[in-house]
Amino acid sequence: MYKYDLLDQSLVDERVAQYKGQLTRFLNKELTEEEFRPLRLQNGLYIQRHAPMLRVAVPYGLLSSTQLNKLADISDKYDRGYGHFSTRQNIQFNWPKLEDTPQILKELATVEMHAIQTSGNCIRNITTDQFSGVTPDEIIDPRYLAEIIRQWSTFHPEFALLPRKFKIAITGSSRDRAIVQAHDIGLEIFSDKDNEMAIKVWVGGGLGRTPILGSVIKENLSWKHILTYSEAILRVYNLYGRRDNMYKARIKILVKALGIEKFKELVEREWASIKDGPNTIDISEINRIKAFFSEPNYKNNKQNDLKKHVTNKSFSQWLSRCTHSHKKEGYRSVTLSLKSNKQAPGDATADQMRAVASLADQYSFGEIRVSHEQNLILADVLEDKLYELWEKAKVQKLTTPNVGLLTDIICCPGGDFCSLANAKSIPIANSIQDLFDDMDYLHDIGEINLNISGCMNACGHHHVGHIGILGVDKDGSEWYQLTLGGNQGNFASIGKVIGPSFSEEELPGVIKKIISTFIKHRHLDEIFIDCVSRIGLQPFKEAVYGKKEKKT
Amino acid sequence: MSSQLIINNSIVDDEWQLVMPPKADEEVKKQAGKVVMFKLTGEGSLTNEQIENTIFSKNGKVILPVGVFLHHQKDLKNRISKQEIGIWMETHEEIDSFINEINDINLLPLISVRVKKFADGRIFSIGNLLRLKYKYKNELRAIGDVLRDQLFFLKRSGFNSFHIREDRDAKDALLGLNDFTTPYQGAVDQKQPAWKIIKR
Repeated sequence: MYKYDLLDQSLVDERVAQYKGQLTRFLNKELTEEEFRPLRLQNGLYIQRHAPMLRVAVPYGLLSSTQLNKLADISDKYDRGYGHFSTRQNIQFNWPKLEDTPQILKELATVEMHAIQTSGNCIRNITTDQFSGVTPDEIIDPRYLAEIIRQWSTFHPEFALLPRKFKIAITGSSRDRAIVQAHDIGLEIFSDKDNEMAIKVWVGGGLGRTPILGSVIKENLSWKHILTYSEAILRVYNLYGRRDNMYKARIKILVKALGIEKFKELVEREWASIKDGPNTIDISEINRIKAFFSEPNYKNNKQNDLKKHVTNKSFSQWLSRCTHSHKKEGYRSVTLSLKSNKQAPGDATADQMRAVASLADQYSFGEIRVSHEQNLILADVLEDKLYELWEKAKVQKLTTPNVGLLTDIICCPGGDFCSLANAKSIPIANSIQDLFDDMDYLHDIGEINLNISGCMNACGHHHVGHIGILGVDKDGSEWYQLTLGGNQGNFASIGKVIGPSFSEEELPGVIKKIISTFIKHRHLDEIFIDCVSRIGLQPFKEAVYGKKEKKT
Repeated sequence: MSSQLIINNSIVDDEWQLVMPPKADEEVKKQAGKVVMFKLTGEGSLTNEQIENTIFSKNGKVILPVGVFLHHQKDLKNRISKQEIGIWMETHEEIDSFINEINDINLLPLISVRVKKFADGRIFSIGNLLRLKYKYKNELRAIGDVLRDQLFFLKRSGFNSFHIREDRDAKDALLGLNDFTTPYQGAVDQKQPAWKIIKR
């Protein structure tokens, strides 16, 4: 993975000093709350319901065991012994003290970590496929371009105060696991007809209040121009994006208002003046960064003793759900599920973090990845070692064999923590997990994504969940709206609302009815989303609301 | 009272007089919600009446609103050649809408951009465009809600002159210019990205 040199380190150290000064000036009342707000947000600090929340950047979801151990120490020392992995592959601490934050950042800097641009109206953490570099369906490893974009976007002076937040995702696989179409800029790297690395560029996608999938702005952009082209897009957005209404300030609204053709014309005009300029990248820079992501020292291991253990039912369930094929024969990638029904989705205790760090050291070259589904991944595990790893991870409750299944719920912190939320989301997730805790049944139901957001800001990605749950506020009480048919990946789609919303108590029963309806209509091994596409929403509506839809 | 003006890296006296137009009679109707190209944020420009009624001193260095400058450009030839005329623009004004009406922007010794709220990041793109696309070489000044924590970005976007908000200490703000030593990306002040100029 990428390692800091003196330049990276000095930038992060200077940021710690800058932030410490800003906080001091705020506490001394030299900065108003309004003036301090964007400064603290661009350092990942929210003022929340109970305490500040600090969001730490995990660039494109990649962590070393040293870094994960440090995160565990920080959660013990400054928080309540746990952290929350977010859908942007970052980690959040829910209980730090405001006055401790400079010290936390200082400690993070010692392991090449920071909270830069994890919030606020700026370019956020670049996200990518959690199986980058190891998945057999990969065309080009997106991590080195992600790192190049990370460096370029860090403290970019022109885009320091955009109309609103700006998210970039990048994928290099034929199967998109980074939901690039739901981002402000989505990038898909491919190999063009001359075998040159090229990029397909989407713009104006996003979830939130107005969910829109991105439009293609460039079919085939040479990798050299990735930064200057992004700069042109961002400049048009920075100048013309709305600043008078924060709900209409995302780039998707501008793209929609102008139409993609007009927007593209403006971008191309801007690009003409900076194309081939100083920020154009060349092969030397690609190679310099690429070297950090070279293959680890894989063993040639064609034999394995996995067969010995397949009679163990819970192991084989885990094997089928939580391990994934690998480009190197004899290896698999492992997802450690953070979705047991005993803790909030995406939460990991300090002990679990240390255990994962140690597993990474023993079995996966000391590296860990965070997925946007809020699980932890060990990317390079020898098949021979899987059983051993499983036994050790089981002790830490990290082997729930539910990855990709109904209880692998994507969930935001919701009303328990977040001051933006309309409704709680963690208890909803837990109640559904309790209802479907029979692993055999869960495996029979098959692949299904259930995503929960506590408000329309959609941190829980409810729009692209096969089943989406959105917390809404009705006259001061908490209700839940249900969407069906959302999807991520190459066939991304936005789910449709099925009807009036439900109370917290009604919700588990409703999910049960939806699943039964699916089972009733399902063809053989058909998965849920395919069944919804085939039969439409009507059978589900009837099951939930009764045959005649009552108008309320 | 000490000066609020920073040029390059020091606090200096301001030789310029900033000229403001009279208030418009009627509030310009907001365009919010309507899709009007370049008016997405609903900010209006000066009315002809405002432009005609703007009063400014007959001698000395003055910074005129762009609209006022264009209106009087021909009569001001003499003062322009004496380097007495600068212009200022708002962050919602289009450089393209006036740049062709100005003979040569490098005849102007000063261009100011007013940022009404410090969080309005359009000023950075405007600085970049004036310097790199329109090749403006003289003093580029940020005026309005100009605060310490944005100075580093303003400097990198081509500004070399900063009029710090009246209630803040310019000496303190000066420190903000040096928040970071070697940034990653190429911008206006340092055009090459770090990887092209130092061995990494």
